[in-house]
Amino acid sequence: MEYEVVIGLEVHVELKTESKAFCSCPTTFGSEPNTNVCPGCLGLPGTLPAINQKMVEYGLKTALALNCTINPYCLFERKHYFYPDLPKGYQISQQTLPLAVNGYLSVYIEGREKKIGINRVHMEEDAGKLLHVGEYTLVDCNRAGVPLLEIVSEPHINSSQEARAYMEKLRTILLYLGVSDCKMEEGSLRCDVNISLRPKGSEASGTRIEIKNLNSFRSLQKALEYEIERQRAILERGGAIEERATMAWDEEREITYPMRTKEESLDYRYFPDPDLLPLVIDPQWIEEIKRELPELPDARCQRFQEQYGLPPYDAGVLTSSKELADYYEGVVSLYPEPKTVSNWIMSEFLRLLNAYNLEPHEAPVSPQKMADLLHLLKKEIISTKIAKQVIEEMFATGKGPEDIVREKGWVQISDVEALEAIVEEVLAAHPKVVEDYRKGKEKALAFLVGQVMKATQGKANPNLVNRLLKEKL
Amino acid sequence: MEIYQLTAHELKALMERGEVRAVEVVQAFFKRIEQVEDKVKAFITLTPEQALEQARAVDETRREGRDPGCLAGIPIALKDNLCTEGLTTTCGSRILAHWQPPLEATAVSRLRKAGAVILGKLNLDEFAMGTTTQTSAFYPTRNPWDLGRVPGGSSGGPAAAVAAGETPLALGSDTGGSVRQPAAFCGIVGLRPTYGRVSRWGLVALASSMDQIGPLARDVTDCALVLEVIAGRDPLDPTSLPIDPEPYSKALVPQVQGIKVGIPREYLERAEPGVKEGVAQALKRLEELGARCEEISLPHLEPALVAYHIIAAAEASSNLARFDGLNFGLRVSGRDVEEMYCNTRGQGLGPEVKKRLILGTYFLSKGRYQDYYLKAVKIRTLILQDFRKAWERFDLLATPTTPTVALPFREETFPPLENYHSDIFTIPPSLAGLPALSLPCGWSQGLPVGLQLIGKPLQEPLLLQVAYTLEQAIEFRRARPILEVS
Ligand SMILES: [Zn+2]
Repeated sequence: MEYEVVIGLEVHVELKTESKAFCSCPTTFGSEPNTNVCPGCLGLPGTLPAINQKMVEYGLKTALALNCTINPYCLFERKHYFYPDLPKGYQISQQTLPLAVNGYLSVYIEGREKKIGINRVHMEEDAGKLLHVGEYTLVDCNRAGVPLLEIVSEPHINSSQEARAYMEKLRTILLYLGVSDCKMEEGSLRCDVNISLRPKGSEASGTRIEIKNLNSFRSLQKALEYEIERQRAILERGGAIEERATMAWDEEREITYPMRTKEESLDYRYFPDPDLLPLVIDPQWIEEIKRELPELPDARCQRFQEQYGLPPYDAGVLTSSKELADYYEGVVSLYPEPKTVSNWIMSEFLRLLNAYNLEPHEAPVSPQKMADLLHLLKKEIISTKIAKQVIEEMFATGKGPEDIVREKGWVQISDVEALEAIVEEVLAAHPKVVEDYRKGKEKALAFLVGQVMKATQGKANPNLVNRLLKEKL
Repeated sequence: MEIYQLTAHELKALMERGEVRAVEVVQAFFKRIEQVEDKVKAFITLTPEQALEQARAVDETRREGRDPGCLAGIPIALKDNLCTEGLTTTCGSRILAHWQPPLEATAVSRLRKAGAVILGKLNLDEFAMGTTTQTSAFYPTRNPWDLGRVPGGSSGGPAAAVAAGETPLALGSDTGGSVRQPAAFCGIVGLRPTYGRVSRWGLVALASSMDQIGPLARDVTDCALVLEVIAGRDPLDPTSLPIDPEPYSKALVPQVQGIKVGIPREYLERAEPGVKEGVAQALKRLEELGARCEEISLPHLEPALVAYHIIAAAEASSNLARFDGLNFGLRVSGRDVEEMYCNTRGQGLGPEVKKRLILGTYFLSKGRYQDYYLKAVKIRTLILQDFRKAWERFDLLATPTTPTVALPFREETFPPLENYHSDIFTIPPSLAGLPALSLPCGWSQGLPVGLQLIGKPLQEPLLLQVAYTLEQAIEFRRARPILEVS
């Protein structure tokens, strides 16, 4: 039987506000345990929460970028459970009236657009962290109270590739908005998935399995691939999927395994937090934020195609991160040949960025230096081959292209007299090849060009060498 | 007349005229405490050294000709659910018996800034859950008028301390009547301000949507004096209102001419005859002074009581979830964290608190939420509507504060329903967030009877003015319990 895969994602995003969601403690990552804490986020008696407006602003930005409807007012509610990382015994979250609902996000699978629905975007506070040391468990409350957005997709995702594309797109949007670091390895972007299989064409929904602990795009995709196959195998031999099971992904063994679940399903006893009045969102504020939204990846991709005449593929790659798109536009403004710039960035520049594990804005090759390099190439001061060496040097040393070319003596030889002499020498040294060429063997010319280049350590102007050789022959 | 018998504003005048020093005042009250505290048991913690030091500083400031603040040198004592930095704050519970908060309630820091001298922390029902001060984990407080009777609760310590002359002023907290009911039982004035008038920062929460800090004092002027210091917006409490306090105490004039007072029929009918009679007398006096009293119906009295207990228990079950033995307070260890939770809460909390937490958890649980919590919230809306309708015709409402006078002590673990009912008249304004005040207005069985005045939101000035006018006319002011001095 053919099965349809139904996936929904629940993404938690740590917002990079300066202070926590309901107190003024800093949100800095990696501080000494329990240093970014106050009576409020430690849940001491007598303390009260005060809403961080920046959290709401970032929430609104994200919700608008995801095409959501903003609720005119929303509620903060308390979600209760006892756990050592939860100082108040409840988490301030949103349940009945979240910040925003009914949005979507577009992903492109093999060039085709697919809209994936966003069910809701809500604000909540993060819990602390537990550190297990020997027989003890230590509590670090630095993270307790850090603002989170929970973004819940509709179950519109039908494959592991789509899930990954959704996650990558979401991350790109969040980075464009500047509302989060989105560092999966530090936990500032976390993702849980719900997955079920059902016979193709069936309307009934299959039994859902939740998978947690997905800390990278790769584990997201791998875990889904594994889980889809696991469930398919069970269904095919007529078995039943576990009810309400929660699985975890084992990164090492690349398998999902059932997590230890509480005996009874928890009753969170949500109710409106009486310490926080309903949050009324001023429509004017929404308008203001809308006006100030940066150009988002899809719009920028479209513009790159229209304004620079780039093919969709190039535009897609270049706008996949805000920094890369900014970099591209920086270079193009100094060297207005969009496709050439695109080629150089997509090949050499990205290759070297990866090799050095850098973000575009961290590259030692500034847009100015990149443009300088392309100018050298255009003026035929260096050849393409040399240019590739120069950019390597630029990454390695941080120097400008002119300095490198001068220091290394890589200036292209375009002096006709100097080259003529070398051409003569090469022709004299290879009479056999010359003869082959004259007999009509075109390939022989390439060999001769190569010999001239070799004699000049690659510095000869290849066009000029071609012309001279043809003349002499 | 002895210093301990004076009101705060009388002491203030004496000190400002230089007739008595703050140190003498504070010493006089500690002497009184020494004499009667064994009988009354109003305090949990006394801070004589710090108090005297504060008093000396006030005297010094005054000697230097600088302004020591509008409550300079005036003693005040605090209900022990108000956080005092570095000073044990127990909430009357074993679970916090040794807890020294790193924070201070905004109301308390405003009092300190105004120069008030803190004498100590006062007894209460555990976590303010009760109407008798018997649920305190330490000891019950006794009513100074009759030591065999309860002082009311949960601010029983504050009410008894003021009545016994152990302090001229006290700060309490009022959720369903915890300031007004003990004020009525102890024959003093107690004010519950409009919800949001006084910051709740530093008040250990019982039911956040109703908790308000309020003063208890011997007369209306003193209540006004405290209110003008503690009121006003506080960024630390998002539910505090952005309204500046006024000099309420200076605006008190004996004038009630033409003021329309509504008398809710259902309330008066429910009071015992002696209380009914006392209140009727006071209302008659009010009419003679020029007010226009008229009956009105506020029908949702019984449902209000039920709704209150559901909402209060639900919010309390949530607010008290933080008492888990981890970050502060008592920890009783166990084999694992679950057992530690159970041991800590099992041994740290008393039976009344446990009962309410279990009920509150039940009211919020799946399948019960709609039937209990949501229904209670709807009843709350009905009560708001009742009051809104009343405000179309009246400037304020007058009721007995309690259906009975102070009740005798009972020994049962779980008090009879009668005890829960002693908040029945104070609960509706609590649910509606209205300001309300209890004024001693007469006697029944030799015990004080309280008159409750309920105002429109933020109408404390009118409330205080009417109470002040009546107070001047009914000669209760100078009545003091006779406590044999040991
Ligand atoms: Zn904090």
